[in-house]
Amino acid sequence: MADIPAEVDVAIVGAGPAGLAAATELCRLRAGRVLVVEREAEAGGVPRFCGHSPYGMREFGRPMLGPGYARALVARAEAAGAQIATGVTVTALRDGPRLTVTSDAGTGEVAARLVLLTTGIRETTRAGRMIGGTKPGGVLTTGGLQGLVYGAGLRPFRRPVILGTELVAFSAILTCRHAGIRPAAMVEPGARITARHPAGLLPRLLGLPLHLGTDLAAIEGRERVEAVVLRSGGAERRLEADGVIVTGRFRPEATLSREGGLTYDPATGGPEVDEYGRTSDPAIFAAGNLLRPVETAGWCWGEGRAVAGAMAVALAGALPPPAVRRVARTGAIAWVVPQRIAGGCSPALDTLQMRAARAASGRLSLSVDGHEAAARALRALPERRMLLPLPAGTGSPEVRLEAAP
Amino acid sequence: MTSESAVPRGPFDVAIVGGGVVGCALARRFALAGASVVLMEKAVDILDGASKGNSAILHTGFDAPPGSLEAACIAEGYRDYDEIHARLGLPLIRSGALVVAWTDAQEAALPSLMEKARANGVSDVAPLTRAETLALEPHLAPTLRASFRVPREGLIDPWSAPLAYLTQAMAHGAEVLRGCAVTGGARAGDLWRLDTTLGEVSARLVINAAGLYGDLLDEALIGRRDFTIRPRKGQFVVYDKPAAALAGHILLPVPTAITKGIVVCRTAWGNLLVGPTAEEQEDRANAPLDHATLDALRAKGEEILPALAEHDVTAVYAGLRPATEEKDYRIAVHEAGSYVTVGGIRSTGLSAALGIASHVLRLAQEAGHGWQAPNEVAWPRMRNISIAAPRDHESAGNGGIVCHCEQVTRREIEAALSAPLPARSLSGLKRRTRVTMGRCQGFHCSGPLARMTAGAFDLPMAGNG
Repeated sequence: MADIPAEVDVAIVGAGPAGLAAATELCRLRAGRVLVVEREAEAGGVPRFCGHSPYGMREFGRPMLGPGYARALVARAEAAGAQIATGVTVTALRDGPRLTVTSDAGTGEVAARLVLLTTGIRETTRAGRMIGGTKPGGVLTTGGLQGLVYGAGLRPFRRPVILGTELVAFSAILTCRHAGIRPAAMVEPGARITARHPAGLLPRLLGLPLHLGTDLAAIEGRERVEAVVLRSGGAERRLEADGVIVTGRFRPEATLSREGGLTYDPATGGPEVDEYGRTSDPAIFAAGNLLRPVETAGWCWGEGRAVAGAMAVALAGALPPPAVRRVARTGAIAWVVPQRIAGGCSPALDTLQMRAARAASGRLSLSVDGHEAAARALRALPERRMLLPLPAGTGSPEVRLEAAP
Repeated sequence: MTSESAVPRGPFDVAIVGGGVVGCALARRFALAGASVVLMEKAVDILDGASKGNSAILHTGFDAPPGSLEAACIAEGYRDYDEIHARLGLPLIRSGALVVAWTDAQEAALPSLMEKARANGVSDVAPLTRAETLALEPHLAPTLRASFRVPREGLIDPWSAPLAYLTQAMAHGAEVLRGCAVTGGARAGDLWRLDTTLGEVSARLVINAAGLYGDLLDEALIGRRDFTIRPRKGQFVVYDKPAAALAGHILLPVPTAITKGIVVCRTAWGNLLVGPTAEEQEDRANAPLDHATLDALRAKGEEILPALAEHDVTAVYAGLRPATEEKDYRIAVHEAGSYVTVGGIRSTGLSAALGIASHVLRLAQEAGHGWQAPNEVAWPRMRNISIAAPRDHESAGNGGIVCHCEQVTRREIEAALSAPLPARSLSGLKRRTRVTMGRCQGFHCSGPLARMTAGAFDLPMAGNG
């Protein structure tokens, strides 16, 4: 492990938008030696494989494609003075904090004054959704598809069914188009398309049949997918297809933090943090999509940069003590980040971010010690960002989403 | 050596039909006895039938019917595995098992189950009160009544073990024919001539280890069947690695007359599994998963370990056990000692395989077969992919990790593609290395893996999920 320092000031785990933004910012703030470890052969994170979406307005002031955006983030972090070590996997998070790392050179250890976890997210797989049927080849997540298409130049199938209508499903459609794959149908268990308008126009534009209120009940085929069974309103029907793209339902890639003993929030699937991005171990911070499923690259970039600012303050010993005030949630709120409030000034996460558990028209409110501090009416949809101001003062905050009568 | 082209082969001393765990153990046992062995597997790779999906436990046989052939084979199989596993580089995680009672009736059954264990030679079982059980396994639901501990039950790697048996057989000259289905055959003089999809194969002794197809093979070769296979499906859910911290022991229910019931246990790879169901079906080839059943398994797991509700399911699978109309194994010698049926090896095949192999060798010797055992025994070592020993990625020159979830290195994948019995399908590579079997199911490694395996598989990689 010759090229990896044994001791650094800040070790960042994961070189996606959040980690690279944090590295750049920590260097700019002269936080000392900053090391970013990335398990893949190339830094840049998920945008590397998104050859289509608009990236970079907030970060670079111009629209960019994913791969170019990823390269620009890497270049900026390196120019700022951060060391990025690729092909290095962190296998354990230990007290100190110390990271057990492994690479072609074998196993080693890095000690850091502070650690930032920016390990990102993954999609829920066919297994995680417990879809029935056989287990043939040709069932992929969007990430797996993009790895095969953009990473290996393969066309894994010709007529797949796409499951899900989150934004990433439309990324899957565009990846299919790039590879000359013509999806047979798009299937969504919910009553409407999850992604924001105008993404929903895409299936119609491409003549792709869209089945709402429909479950993918089973997959058929032994070696390769031969058909899928769709279930809608109690009726089942068979649709021929040679592949399935299982999209979305992102989950934070939280195994490292969980096995490292950090307090875990089952609601987000990631570690609990306070408004400084500080986890239950005050020397370990977290940012980006590890905190919750799922936000845009630009959002993660901003979050990484903001938490880096808090870490620089922490290195100077000037962060308020770790918090015990938890943000309570009631009604149809699936999760809230940050989960805890320390109550100091200059928070890194300066809003409470939430998602609705289900579609609801109603009233979103924040109260502190029972007194309402903020409220607004809204039409909440799952997978859409809801924000409230971070509560001031020292009382006990509670967020609430009530359906209108 | 492996050579898999269509030319007449033989005569061999022993032809084994079926490359499941039992066939692999038989190949090893007969090769070590000095016989020339050929093993034929109709799938493109070994372990593609009943051995594909099981609970990966090395049982002591404490709950087998005392006096049965199954009980004897499990006991001998356990002893043999314990003796040889270290030399073959195979794991044995001595987790121990708890048989947990949740109702009055189950609690009342515990003493007789312990009696049965002692009758099976498993004398170290020990009763535990509710408090003692919870002290050992604090994540168990507190509604449990009592339990007893079976200290020697353990966790093993259900795919590396048979691969090791077969690799050792190959080191002693055994041939392996994959993609080789036996379609018929007849005995002329003292020689069997088997028709296969790879041409004629001749042998003096034929052993039917065809698992889910055992009865059909008997009918094709000896014109009769003593039993009918009734495939019994078992579905499983597998949780991500952090869930493994919830249970140290294998957690067994009080068995019923039909099934051992739903087990919760860690795996040798550091996951946690819940299963299997026991569902009779006609289909011998496919074991389809069912969403509602998997949901019910998940709920059952959470009844036993409530904290499982906060953990992610990362894999689901189903296996088929080759059950018959009777409980015990169906091992019989036919055709003047030239043919042995090894059938009805249902859920305990992994634990019993080495014992079954020794039992069948004795039957063959009693029937007059005999060979000159080699002076030296080769002990090929498997690469460790379990949590029981250091992993490849911890040593230098591993090429870096390709599959992050299961921490599989480039060197491990290359080794599996160039081993004496190389992986010839993605499923085969998964069983040898665990690649893509983790929480992301190929989200991250599909691309690099497709590039690495180009040209290596019969069916090129289109990904899996």
